[in-house]
Amino acid sequence: MTVTVLGRVRAGKSLAWVLTFALAASMLVPFLWMLSTSLMDELEVFRFPPRLVPETLRWDNYAGAFTARPFGRYFLNSFVFATLIVLGQLFTAATAGYAFAKFEFKGRDKLFMLYLSTMMVPAVVVLIPRFLLIDTLGWIDTYAGLASTELVSVWGVFLMRQYFRTVPRELEDAARIDGAGPWRVFWTISLPLAKPAMATLGLFAFIDAWKNLLWPLVVTTSMSMRTVEVGIASFHGTFVFN
Amino acid sequence: MTDQSTASGVTLHGIEKWFGSVAAVRSLDLEILSGELVVLLGPSGCGKTTVLRMIAGLEDPSQGDILIGDTRVNDIEPAQRDVAMVFQNYALYPHMTVQQNLGFGLKMRKVPRAELDAKVSNAAQVLELTELLARRPGQLSGGQRQRVALGRALVREPSVFLFDEPLSNLDARLRLEMRGEIAQLHRRLGTTMVYVTHDQVEAMTLGHRVAIMNEGVLQQYAPPLEVYQKPANLFVATFIGSPPINTVSGAVKSVGGRSVFEAPGLELELATPLASEPATLALRAEGLSLLENVHEVDFTADVVRLEPLGNEVLVYLDGPASESWVARVNPDHPCAVGDTIGVRLDRSRIHLFAGPNQKRIQTRLDAEDSLE
Ligand SMILES: Nc1ncnc2c1ncn2[C@@H]1O[C@H](COP(=O)(O)OP(=O)(O)O)[C@@H](O)[C@H]1O
Ligand SMILES: [Mg+2]
Repeated sequence: MTVTVLGRVRAGKSLAWVLTFALAASMLVPFLWMLSTSLMDELEVFRFPPRLVPETLRWDNYAGAFTARPFGRYFLNSFVFATLIVLGQLFTAATAGYAFAKFEFKGRDKLFMLYLSTMMVPAVVVLIPRFLLIDTLGWIDTYAGLASTELVSVWGVFLMRQYFRTVPRELEDAARIDGAGPWRVFWTISLPLAKPAMATLGLFAFIDAWKNLLWPLVVTTSMSMRTVEVGIASFHGTFVFN
Repeated sequence: MTDQSTASGVTLHGIEKWFGSVAAVRSLDLEILSGELVVLLGPSGCGKTTVLRMIAGLEDPSQGDILIGDTRVNDIEPAQRDVAMVFQNYALYPHMTVQQNLGFGLKMRKVPRAELDAKVSNAAQVLELTELLARRPGQLSGGQRQRVALGRALVREPSVFLFDEPLSNLDARLRLEMRGEIAQLHRRLGTTMVYVTHDQVEAMTLGHRVAIMNEGVLQQYAPPLEVYQKPANLFVATFIGSPPINTVSGAVKSVGGRSVFEAPGLELELATPLASEPATLALRAEGLSLLENVHEVDFTADVVRLEPLGNEVLVYLDGPASESWVARVNPDHPCAVGDTIGVRLDRSRIHLFAGPNQKRIQTRLDAEDSLE
């Protein structure tokens, strides 16, 4: 009896392993395939049946890419763009979220709902107005133009507000009695306690900014202001169509 | 610890506090003398914390004046009021070490580093926290956290200490120990302390004076013994004391020119003539004598239950006017469950309460001079 139970447990475990491997492979194989093709020459890529390992490893493909397009510059642009956005969103989300969570002012909750409701507006809808705004400011093709309209994330404000609401009121009260002013309380008590939420927000903001294609494509015109995402897309386009 | 903190009194004058349409505190007048330890006592939700928060400046009164010393502090920030508060849940800064927690208030006040360190290590020593200075609140036991909270208030050397149920999260033995320490601390520092609790034993043992509150209204403000012996109204009488005071609903009546208190199966003559009205009689457990001899008794009752407490026995009785009389007697008193026993009420300890607020109308039934 115990044998069959044990057997069943074992079978279950084996099945779990098989599934795990299958899933892992589905993630890894395309990635390895990509690595492998990156080292092939053009003809070898399209050979049938496909080769798993290149005949000769063409490392100079990488050097080629970097000279065909200024990818170094693209990376720098992406990095600046994403960093500005992370810093901006952390700052605005932390302060606005804190105000919505802890301050009492007239119409606070209504204003917050209004804020939230903007999440329902698709990003594409505001693309043109944003462009016109940046154009009027003369910020097309600058870092300011890239980052300025992305510095506030409603989702981030929401996240931080929810988090700050969980910080007990007594902690801030204790700090106030201890002699800390409102900014002090925010910086030394509430914000350090919100580190997990800040880390989450920062990570998402960075990834979002890094992967953003549409906005940098719209708002940059020169080669030297493009981000990696835009650069890759155009690089890709060039080589498919010629 | 240097005993250089100067104490100031606290005066509350006509304080009201409304949260929307909920009244948390109603027309409160309270004078706390410099160096006094006053306990705010009352059931949960009666407004004790709100009073404390208003003194600290964390909450603005809807009406009335708050004075610390001779200064009206209504418009003064908490930081400038020179008060320290120990919160019920301790409110230690979770991301700071014990050392940083203790020193935070001094750091905010820009106390020089060397002085800050000296004061913190001094307080740590007094409260036996020296070993724990590098830990964070999350790594401490309940009792240790309590000490840190106390220490954080101590190092500040404020002129008023505010305690909000500081011992309610501790186990019974630790509570007893900390109660003693707080009393000792008060003796040594001589600082004004306002201590909130819902525990009457804490209130009776710690307070110079006890302010009893109910539903936002101050019921009585008097030394512990007076609160026990001369409750201002029925609420105070029933709230204070364990076991709860015996109460009997009845009425004061005029019978043949004499005033009597009448309840079903019970009639007591009053020494002072009183107006006829519905009234409640109250008498503590020690005011009941259990007698074998059935003469001279007020009524007979059946023994329902015995609670031997070692030094005394609580005898629960089913008698007239109430099926739950309780008497406090010597442990060697010969009575057993099922006995029928004579009960005599000690006239000198009976209280009568009447009127819309059930105020005390007469302390004793046997003397004329006790009406206040
Ligand atoms: N911030 C607040 N908002 C609304 N009502 C409150 C607030 N603080 C306290 N109250 C109400 O005021 C009353 C007194 O509360 P509290 O002072 O905390 O009582 P206690 O400390 O005696 O238990 C309660 O009815 C409580 O619900
Ligand atoms: Mg309370």
